[in-house]
Amino acid sequence: MRRFFGNLNFTVGFILAAVVVAAALASLFWTPYAPNEMNAAHRLQPPSLSHPLGTDQYGRDVLSRVMVGAVNSIIVGLVTVAIGFGIGVLLGLLAAFFRRFIEEGIMRLCDLLFGFPAVLTAILITAVLGPSVLNSMLAIGIFYIPVFARLTRAVTLSIWQRDFIAAARACGLSETAIVWHHVLPNILSPLIIQGTIQFAVAILAEAGLSYLGLGTQPPHPSWGRMLYEAQTFLGTAPWMAVFPGLAIAWAVLGFNLLGDGLRDTLDPKMTRLR
Amino acid sequence: MTAWLVKRFLTLVGMLWLASVAVFLVLFILPGDPAQVILGINATPETLANVRAELGLDRPPWVQYGDWILGLLQGRSGRSIHYDVPVTELILSRMAVTGPLALLAMVFAVAFSIPLGIYAARHQNRPGDLTVMGFTQLGLATPEFWLGILLMLLFAVRLGWFSAGGFPGWSVSFWGSLKALLLPSLALGLIRAAILTRLTRSSMLEVLREDFVRTARAKGLRERTVIYVHALKNALIPVITILGLQLGQLLAGAIVIENVYYLPGIGRLVFQAIGQRDLPVVREVVLLMAAMIILVNFLVDVVYALVDPRIRLE
Repeated sequence: MRRFFGNLNFTVGFILAAVVVAAALASLFWTPYAPNEMNAAHRLQPPSLSHPLGTDQYGRDVLSRVMVGAVNSIIVGLVTVAIGFGIGVLLGLLAAFFRRFIEEGIMRLCDLLFGFPAVLTAILITAVLGPSVLNSMLAIGIFYIPVFARLTRAVTLSIWQRDFIAAARACGLSETAIVWHHVLPNILSPLIIQGTIQFAVAILAEAGLSYLGLGTQPPHPSWGRMLYEAQTFLGTAPWMAVFPGLAIAWAVLGFNLLGDGLRDTLDPKMTRLR
Repeated sequence: MTAWLVKRFLTLVGMLWLASVAVFLVLFILPGDPAQVILGINATPETLANVRAELGLDRPPWVQYGDWILGLLQGRSGRSIHYDVPVTELILSRMAVTGPLALLAMVFAVAFSIPLGIYAARHQNRPGDLTVMGFTQLGLATPEFWLGILLMLLFAVRLGWFSAGGFPGWSVSFWGSLKALLLPSLALGLIRAAILTRLTRSSMLEVLREDFVRTARAKGLRERTVIYVHALKNALIPVITILGLQLGQLLAGAIVIENVYYLPGIGRLVFQAIGQRDLPVVREVVLLMAAMIILVNFLVDVVYALVDPRIRLE
């Protein structure tokens, strides 16, 4: 632990991310106001003691909505990384293990996915499946598959040549056992680092999709949708546009720094190159 | 080299074909009937069937796909259901907005990132470097559409220097159109500048450790000449590569910022076309965008292989 917290990136990232997670967890039990409670008498109120981040066009408390939006963003981050990680690692291992045609096929499939404009394809997928937070997570998660598959293949190939794998094989371990007991634990660090970075990217992507009306559906709060609604009231209620955006930047910065910190600590070779 | 190039080219053709199949399949299962969209909810089953037949939607999917691909190969583009004009015409008119938007964004990105990257590399681990790196971290974390909204809030709503969206058209007002693109391209450019600054810095740091830089210094050349004439030229190779890739992605992915500023660009066109179930437009624009990205990736691979023969051996 001391090794991690000795790194500035990790420490700052951890604190920023912890605030987001704490706000999300707190919102499950308590928010200053009900996030969807409308109050015509308090509409478009600037930040004050009773509403620290102001209110929106329906008199809903912006702080409460930002807090609940954090839950949304964290779930999106977790689910999208789980989709990319689960399928991508499996494909990457298959490619590294079987080589030849299987590897070629999987890698070209990854190239194809990389070839599609991500935002546009995510829009297409949500148009096919219908706009919802679940479908937006699926649309983002699909683009993570090639990221994890390529990384898994690359690091597995380098591990596969090492002496301890040859030793395990000489001991009579099956290939599956070697992958499970020796390869996977050794490739986990770069995958965790990548996962943290993709977590941050997912928050940005979901915000964009929600802004376009394809992610989280109203009245459920999401940071991207809050920004869309804020745009109409830029002149009269600028706080509506400032705080949800700050929340996104805060969360993304936190997880980015956390990823950088993990890389600095777990993969010092990369740090020296940077 | 020739064998490698032929293999890569065949892969490129295969990927373009796969992309066309993927686009067709996704749109084939897209819910919503284009005939219903054209005729409205009061249309009778007979008129709906007639329009479907007219659009060729009643034929088996493989026939529709074959017709579409053969048409494209012969240079025949589809016709927009909503606008009733050839899709190529629509693409060209919208590219007149997205193209300059992407180019301006790249100009801003380069203008900020190259000097900042050089500065940070020359002052590695000193306060100036840390400040620049801190700003790039902020840039990487900021959603570009939020930055667009903030720029709109400051320069359009508060100061009134720009309009808060819309595009007059190049033929109506050249300066008005250019002005309409400035804020969105600044938002796109600043975010990309964050990535490019980090890349320029790390690339410069690597080059500054090379022997030829030491030799240039040992010859007594001025530091400015060493940096800008000898080191920068070499350090810019990876930066230009990423710049090219980003330009391709910007042409294909400025959808959100075009929506923030109500710009009639290619992203907004396809976004609206999906909502309107204007399948010919969606199909051809998505394929064009995918083809652009695949082609740029291929060109980057080829250029790299020409520069670094080790890549071919891999």
